[in-house]
Amino acid sequence: MQQILYFFIRNKNFLLFLLLFLVSVGLTINSHSYHKTQFVSSANFLSGGIFSAKSSVTDYFDLKEQNQKLSEENKRLREMLQNSNSTSLRDSMSFRNDFSVMEAKVINNNFSKTKNQLTINKGSNDSIAIDMGVISPQGIVGIVSHLSKNYASVQSVLNTNSQVVAKFKKSNHFGTLVWDGAKPNVVQLKEIPRIAQIAIGDTIVTDGKSTIFPPNILIGTVESFKIDEAKDYYDINVTLFTDMTSVKHIYVISNNYAEEIKQLENEAADVEE
Amino acid sequence: MWKSEVFLNTVRFIILVLVQVLVLDHINFWGYINPYLYVFFMLVYPLNGNKALLIFLSFLLGLTVDMFNTSGGVHAAASVFIAWIRPFVLKYSFGVSYEYNTIKVNTAPFPQQLVYVASMVFFHHILLFSLEIFNTQQILLILKSTLFSGVFTSIVIFCTLYLFSRKN
Repeated sequence: MQQILYFFIRNKNFLLFLLLFLVSVGLTINSHSYHKTQFVSSANFLSGGIFSAKSSVTDYFDLKEQNQKLSEENKRLREMLQNSNSTSLRDSMSFRNDFSVMEAKVINNNFSKTKNQLTINKGSNDSIAIDMGVISPQGIVGIVSHLSKNYASVQSVLNTNSQVVAKFKKSNHFGTLVWDGAKPNVVQLKEIPRIAQIAIGDTIVTDGKSTIFPPNILIGTVESFKIDEAKDYYDINVTLFTDMTSVKHIYVISNNYAEEIKQLENEAADVEE
Repeated sequence: MWKSEVFLNTVRFIILVLVQVLVLDHINFWGYINPYLYVFFMLVYPLNGNKALLIFLSFLLGLTVDMFNTSGGVHAAASVFIAWIRPFVLKYSFGVSYEYNTIKVNTAPFPQQLVYVASMVFFHHILLFSLEIFNTQQILLILKSTLFSGVFTSIVIFCTLYLFSRKN
């Protein structure tokens, strides 16, 4: 007994180190699996408060650029509005109200790491929930991953854990959008079958098969592609429309039927088992 | 004396976290290189101070930085590790007698300082990037980030060391 006690006393620093080190590694591994609750995130009152204090100062620095972006988006939406006749307008915009949109502001942004996260200034009090899609005036940004009352963390598309279903605007061939961690404006589109006709400059949009993003939200254009001979799939590099290094005003999209769809899918899965 | 030490380390803790998450995480030199100045806390913690306390404080410091970055526990793991190996690095860079004589990090000869700072920063960064990237196919990226960020961090640490050192 004494021996054991001596052992603990002699090695107390090492044991403390080992304990805390294992806790940290545990937290790290936990953060790699997307759907687990994460204990440590920037969506809390302390970091959220500090980040919003910071952004209330730094917001002024790029006001001109942000205004430019918003007015360009307004122009695009106005063109769509003018060019569509009233019936198709009703079809596309008030059709059953599948999606509602909330605006929010980015108060902290990362894009230089391999697991990037953004912090936004809206949370569960503003009826934001986990797994909602986040888009900028130019295109997609990411998916809400952590939540507190007044803040939320968004897993950016520039995160090697991110996976978004995307398709070609012209042909509807769909694949998975991932990021290899290299450039903050280029993401990779996987699993597009070889029979698809593709060309450089083709537009990639969201697919709408998942409950996260509505269909036809802009993502980017094809920058380059090659065929993976072993798998008969294309490897495609996509240049994002969104400039992830300066994203500020964003929209959180909630699917009003997400719960119903998920419940139905779960029931179907249960029946199969 | 002891009280002022506690006060100094508390203030240093808070300032380093704020500077790290508000300024240094957004430098993005060449697109992806950021210095991790908060390592400074572990470097200048009193050389004969309580080792268990340092390990615990480093965990807290790393975890705070992780919280701001939503990065799991990568900073905490790297910080705890260098807090634990610090006595060995000290012995290796300043000689066996560092605990008994009055060596201070900011008054030691430059080559010894360089060995100490560079090795601590290297161990911290290699662990940080390995855990963050967490992919054996990206070893080149891990090494590249460690090298560039490590040089950047070391330079910023030396600047801080000389700017805020009290020569007494």
